[in-house]
Amino acid sequence: MSEFVNAALFGWYPYLCLTVFLLGSLVRFDREQYTWKTGSSQLLRKRQLRWGSNLFHVGILVIFVGHFVGLLTPIWVFDALGISHGFKQGLAIVVGGIAGIACFIGITLLAHRRLFDTRIRATSSFGDIAVLLLLWLQLTLGLSTIFVSLQHMDGHEMVKFMNWAQGILTLQPSAADYVASVHPLFKAHLVLGMTIFLLFPFTRLVHVWSAPIWYLGRPGYQVVRTRFAERRAHEAVAALQRSTPLRAGARPEHQLAE
Amino acid sequence: MKIRAQIAMVLNLDKCIGCHTCSVTCKNVWTSREGMEYAWFNNVETKPGVGYPREWENQKKWNGGWRRKRNGEIEPKIGAKWRILANIFANPDLPEIDDYYEPFTFDYEHLHTAKESKAFPTARPRSAITGQRMEKIEWGPNWEEILGGEFEKRSRDVNFEGVEKEIYGQFENTFMMYLPRLCEHCLNPACVAVCPSGAIYKREEDGIVLIDQDKCRGWRMCVSGCPYKKIYYNWSSGKSEKCIFCYPRIEAGQPTVCSETCVGRIRYLGVLLYDADRIESAASTPDEKDLYQAQLDVFLDPEDPKVVAQARADGVPDAWIEAAKHSPVWKMAMDWKVAFPLHPEYRTLPMVWYVPPLSPIQSAAASGKMGCDGDMPDVRSLRIPLRYLANLLTAGHEEPVALALERMLAMRGYMRAKTVEGRLDERIARKVGLTGSAIEEMYQVMAIANYEDRFVIPTAHREWSEDAQDLRGSCGFSFGNGCSGGSTENNLFATKQVKKARNPMEVV
Repeated sequence: MSEFVNAALFGWYPYLCLTVFLLGSLVRFDREQYTWKTGSSQLLRKRQLRWGSNLFHVGILVIFVGHFVGLLTPIWVFDALGISHGFKQGLAIVVGGIAGIACFIGITLLAHRRLFDTRIRATSSFGDIAVLLLLWLQLTLGLSTIFVSLQHMDGHEMVKFMNWAQGILTLQPSAADYVASVHPLFKAHLVLGMTIFLLFPFTRLVHVWSAPIWYLGRPGYQVVRTRFAERRAHEAVAALQRSTPLRAGARPEHQLAE
Repeated sequence: MKIRAQIAMVLNLDKCIGCHTCSVTCKNVWTSREGMEYAWFNNVETKPGVGYPREWENQKKWNGGWRRKRNGEIEPKIGAKWRILANIFANPDLPEIDDYYEPFTFDYEHLHTAKESKAFPTARPRSAITGQRMEKIEWGPNWEEILGGEFEKRSRDVNFEGVEKEIYGQFENTFMMYLPRLCEHCLNPACVAVCPSGAIYKREEDGIVLIDQDKCRGWRMCVSGCPYKKIYYNWSSGKSEKCIFCYPRIEAGQPTVCSETCVGRIRYLGVLLYDADRIESAASTPDEKDLYQAQLDVFLDPEDPKVVAQARADGVPDAWIEAAKHSPVWKMAMDWKVAFPLHPEYRTLPMVWYVPPLSPIQSAAASGKMGCDGDMPDVRSLRIPLRYLANLLTAGHEEPVALALERMLAMRGYMRAKTVEGRLDERIARKVGLTGSAIEEMYQVMAIANYEDRFVIPTAHREWSEDAQDLRGSCGFSFGNGCSGGSTENNLFATKQVKKARNPMEVV
């Protein structure tokens, strides 16, 4: 691979993808809330979804956390903790491999369901099918890199990816050089991975941003929309207590008890 | 005490003729869209039957509503918050669309375009999901209409609990009633509680429960949480939708579409004042049979000066307090005790109530063995088993339902004596714990049912509930990006394009 292509794919493309990923998500969240959804098809067909969706989601979450921690934790942290590169690579292969296989079974079930179930196929958009197939391909590439990794268990290849990812995020112009010499399978996995970030805001993947973990922190169960006037009354009272003049538009106090 | 007001509804099942006008007008206004063909914000079921979706009342199957834990607290029956999140990838309690029915249309155009042939052209069914031919329609929104189908299947109705149902399978003993259903706009809504996004909310000013279409992410827990199965997942938009109690009409002081168009005049709308601080303890009542009474205790008497003063302090507008004093819902639920909540055992404190139907005296009883209590037939010998109605309306507690039926019979007896025999028989009224004047008012509201008696709806104080200054000149009801023209031809953000009517023809 020529130096230019390498620099373009692993030096510049990541920034394009990250920018579109973040900005695109923001714009869509701001402008197109109604399209921001999981796009669940469980109502139309339960079959294959319980196993497929659970295996896929749990698997991919483990893989995502693994990549995130594995790539972005500074190398000196592992060194300080006395975790050898070889051991870390072994751990990544085992945990990632198990999660990857679970995820693979899940996504294959889901892809089969989406392509061959009449109802699901008829109600799928191009994006729904495309993103599923891209994820399937990316997972397959990721799993097949395990066989390459098994050839060199000392972790030095893995360190290249850590340096690259951290180099990109810390804006090092020469980050692309770290991965110039890795196996083509890894390169394909990286490019497709970045492409998925690029397409992310335009697909149903945006629901990842909305993982409703905050639900666990909801104090009670019920949600009541309080009256606007009441809210303003509280604001007005608070303003009075601070002995500051009422802000424009707030009700004077004598009207509050109406 | 924290007083709130709610627009509640009562349906007088004694007068429902099962014409489905409510369902059809509702559908034409709110759910005639792709993805919502199968959804009926209002539907009318023939009971006994398994209903729509199939066996919706069987919470052993669907896990809707609330569960009282050993420590006396309640939690959603589908599970605590962590369990709801754990099931988010595949909800084990979600019905499939076939539990409602696969929506269908017919090839009507074929009737116009068919060439001359020996056989009459027909309009054959086609799935509204896939657009493909459906050879046989297996189930529909009202499949059990007037006891359609085998008793064997219909008798899976859980309201037969404690009833020896076998004898009702015989033609001579059969019974039926209509049950129009819509969202209950509960005081303790389970759908709100289980929504991980917090997209569903209850409006403080009128109690209407709504789904914020922009905030809904389609986690679809609400569909399972609601024991009445009155939240529908729109498979096209990926958002859940529900009965909105026609809030644009209610805000303007008009009845909901289903109520306005009811030809039998069975629907009533009125304000109830309630104590929001008592909701939790009422919903946590240990014995299910006490839940009906517990909910009555949550309601507050608008004639009580202390209640009025507190209501004002809590920001209930005077027009609403005044409307509460003339509320037909208060009269039927609280004064005459003839209206009941639907399945109080779900612990959601529903706010759409039902007057149980009277039914003919059983034929066995008519042939001389009739159970009679003086002039009045014994309500326990009516054709619809009392226990069945009690299972539907009071968690199996028969006495309140019996009293309501007796009062309705007394109303008939009293008015018959008055108009046919020309005498005022206070005895009849006293026997059921009412007075003659109360019965006359009952007659006015329940039998004559004039428009102004049925619907006592104060207009909303929009400026109190939302920032009207901000809303001024905005686009009102819309999906998505409102009036700002975000839905271009080649839309970047996967917005659903408005589709043309889909009715592909098959060449035969």
